[in-house]
Amino acid sequence: MGELMDNKKKDQKRQLLILTILGLVLFFGIWEIVVRVGIISERNLCTPTKVVQTLIYKLYNTKPDGSTLFVHFLSSIKLSLFGFILAVVVGVPLGLVMGYYKAMDSFFTPLFEVIRPIPPIAWIPIVILTLGIGFQAKVFIIFISAFVPCVVNSYLGIKLTDQTLIDVAQTYGATRWQIFTTICIPSSMNMVFTGVRVSLAASWSTLVAAEMLASTEGLGYMIQIGRNLIRPDIILVGMITIGIVGALMGWVLSLFEKKVAPWRY
Amino acid sequence: MSENENLKVKVRHLTKCFGDLKVLDDVSFDIKKGDFVCIVGPTGCGKTTFLKCLVGLFPLTSGEILVDGEPADPKKHNLSFVFQNPSHLPWLTVEKNIRYGLELKKAPEALIKERTEEILGLLGLEKVRNSYPHQLSASTVQRIVIGRSFAMHPDLLLMDEPYGQMDIKMRYYLEDEVIKLWKATGSTVIFITHNVEEAVYLADKCLILSQKPTTIKEELVIDLPRPRDIASPEFVKLREYVTSQIKWW
Repeated sequence: MGELMDNKKKDQKRQLLILTILGLVLFFGIWEIVVRVGIISERNLCTPTKVVQTLIYKLYNTKPDGSTLFVHFLSSIKLSLFGFILAVVVGVPLGLVMGYYKAMDSFFTPLFEVIRPIPPIAWIPIVILTLGIGFQAKVFIIFISAFVPCVVNSYLGIKLTDQTLIDVAQTYGATRWQIFTTICIPSSMNMVFTGVRVSLAASWSTLVAAEMLASTEGLGYMIQIGRNLIRPDIILVGMITIGIVGALMGWVLSLFEKKVAPWRY
Repeated sequence: MSENENLKVKVRHLTKCFGDLKVLDDVSFDIKKGDFVCIVGPTGCGKTTFLKCLVGLFPLTSGEILVDGEPADPKKHNLSFVFQNPSHLPWLTVEKNIRYGLELKKAPEALIKERTEEILGLLGLEKVRNSYPHQLSASTVQRIVIGRSFAMHPDLLLMDEPYGQMDIKMRYYLEDEVIKLWKATGSTVIFITHNVEEAVYLADKCLILSQKPTTIKEELVIDLPRPRDIASPEFVKLREYVTSQIKWW
């Protein structure tokens, strides 16, 4: 009986795997055909096979944009990790404290509400004037974009704490601080991690914009050069690298989440 | 005088208003040390408000609540509350849930260990001590919460319809378990329910409440021997009497 169930499950798994492969093959197949047949000219969009060729080529060669893919990747990940981690380290505690202490809420929230709707890209001109165009300036832009979701979600996470659980701690005679650390913070973890995940995505999407500030390397820079040289293959290699690295970092984050918040799994 | 020494809880002229709405009106009663008191009353008569006043979650409008002769204070007294809605801590394992209250009180580690083992043993939860609540059934989770409360060996344990969501069979089982824990820890218990049978089954003393604004309609001592037989004529008589007292129409 159990074997039968196992077989059924295996069958289902196999079917789902086939669907996954089918999806990928269809997507890339149609793309290849569309360009080969000439529905979209090869000048404007290259075939996926060409993208793979360029990707392999870029692993060893610095032409035409000045650096190998790995150097671009290193430069970008340094920027985005710096901005992202800084945002988490500052944003999460700030959001938690704002959610819990009324004084902090009154002090920070109005200011934050005004900063929040400003798109990260709109900061670029003022950042150039104040911080220049170097590493700090780029990190700052990424920081701003990743900071907002961290604060918002941590704040909400605290606000959504089940009142019954706070009552439990209170009847045991817990202090305000004990309620914060043993009830509110653990119960907010769910929301906090969602915020951090959104932050991670935001930090990568702002990366290209940040690298428009005079750069000589980075995946965003590589994409810019690709545009200037009308090399769609270079642009796509940059885009796909960003996609893969973003997905990998999301995966690492969920591993980390399982370590920190094991009760959810 | 000796009568006075035995008193655990003394409630005098307790009144609670929410704005213009008077919920509790001049409630006074005493509870002896080690008593199991059930509070029954019509739905929406302010039973929960009453308990929350007792543990200081709601400030009183007037009157006083004394535990061991001092105003009730969760920081000073050893109070426990089993809430109507789920109140386990989902991020802690079974064992850590049971330790939680004692850890807040900064009890010595040896005592925490001893109490936790005692409770895990009494409830038969040793096997799942490292599980998280979401891996267990709803009734097991409620037993963890009850275990956590008894682990405190509380001066006063308040239970607010803890079995409201359980089916009948599970209720009998859990009621016996509460009696077992109560005897083992010598706690004083106030148990709220709207199930009359449950009240008559559990209580030494039954407080019957009136409609809002709530007063105590009657204090009924139940001295049936334990374990009680829910089919015995005395039991049925008492149950029917309490039911008739609750009716307000």
